Amino acid sequence: MASLDDLKKRIASVKSTQKITKAMKMVAAAKLRRAQESAEKGRPYSEKMNNVILNLSSGISDKENAPKLLSGTGNDKIHLCVVMTSDRGLCGGFNSNIIKKAKSFFSKILSDGKELKIITVGSKGNDQLKRMYGDKIIENISFKESKNANYFDADMVGKIVIDKFESSEFDICTIFYNQFKNVITQIPQAQQIIPLKSEDSEENTLEESYEFEPDEDEILSNLLPKNISTQIFKAMLENSASEQGSRMSAMDNATRNAGEMVDKLTIEYNRSRQAAITKELIEIISGAESL
Amino acid sequence: MSEEFKIEIVNPEKSFLVKEDVSEVVVPAYEGEMGILKDHISIISFLKPGIIKITSKSGNENYYVEDGIVEFKNNNLSILTSSILNIADIDKSKQQNLLKRAEEESVKGEISDQSKYLIDQKIEVLKTLN
Repeated sequence: MASLDDLKKRIASVKSTQKITKAMKMVAAAKLRRAQESAEKGRPYSEKMNNVILNLSSGISDKENAPKLLSGTGNDKIHLCVVMTSDRGLCGGFNSNIIKKAKSFFSKILSDGKELKIITVGSKGNDQLKRMYGDKIIENISFKESKNANYFDADMVGKIVIDKFESSEFDICTIFYNQFKNVITQIPQAQQIIPLKSEDSEENTLEESYEFEPDEDEILSNLLPKNISTQIFKAMLENSASEQGSRMSAMDNATRNAGEMVDKLTIEYNRSRQAAITKELIEIISGAESL
Repeated sequence: MSEEFKIEIVNPEKSFLVKEDVSEVVVPAYEGEMGILKDHISIISFLKPGIIKITSKSGNENYYVEDGIVEFKNNNLSILTSSILNIADIDKSKQQNLLKRAEEESVKGEISDQSKYLIDQKIEVLKTLN
């Protein structure tokens, strides 16, 4: 059995770890509230944007000449995957869930004999993917400096993606992120952004005749790049809310586990202390008896 | 019959402005300024740098925008923009700042004619602000 001193040290160290995890949980909770708020506030923009595009694309007359961002290049040879993760660790399964989802997608693409290119956003994803897919990663973007997800950063990623599309470096673009459902549940998502997939186009087929100024094509070609940035921004907002939520519950668990450990160790400590006292007593008594 | 309709301005971060009692809105559409009254035909257009003028019961408001999309449908006007500022909030130094940035952009060599046109437009609007 460990000596009393050792036990005491262990209890102290578990307690200080508990303090750290507790503090991290509080910080995450505060950040979560902000992140959740901005995720909710950001939703109208992306929804409206989606609506306008749906209305536009259903109204477009000449499907053949539609912008490539909408209709695709006609090939599906080269896939670009944008994997969005966090820059910091200690957030439970947040990053590994995205990576797992992404990896299963990658192996499907590769087994289909298609080409794969990866852009990682956030350093944790890059760290985890480097080992297996290091040669496939063409770019790594990290926003360590900026505190909150902002549109400016998203626009930057969007521009990179569009540039690569225009120089025909890929045919299909998919983004990976965690959708925030609640503090406990985050769902890893794979969303195809190029060419645009309309999710529920059947519902939106009401024939509203719009007037366009200038014409549809010009509006669409102006709108679609913006939509890419918007979708990425949405993903970033969802991701940051998910990250904080996931960190909060992970740290909550850690705090609870540390508490249990302290309890167990305290019992063990008391027991061995008692044993030592009993032993001493026996020694004294038997010493006195032998006199 | 009231002559009012609803306007909603959203930027990526949040819903910027919602008003239910708007009687007239003038937006700087791509092909010139466009006034929108109640029961306007459904329209989609996008914005160039300029000033959105909102006339409502509770007073007039002016906003400076750099880009965006307008959609009008069923007496709902939605404006999506990534950069919007209330003119009342723009003071001299802010305006000079924006102007300086725009001017720097315009002297950069490798821009397309279209973006050059937009930047010139931006400079012009900014100059009229003070």
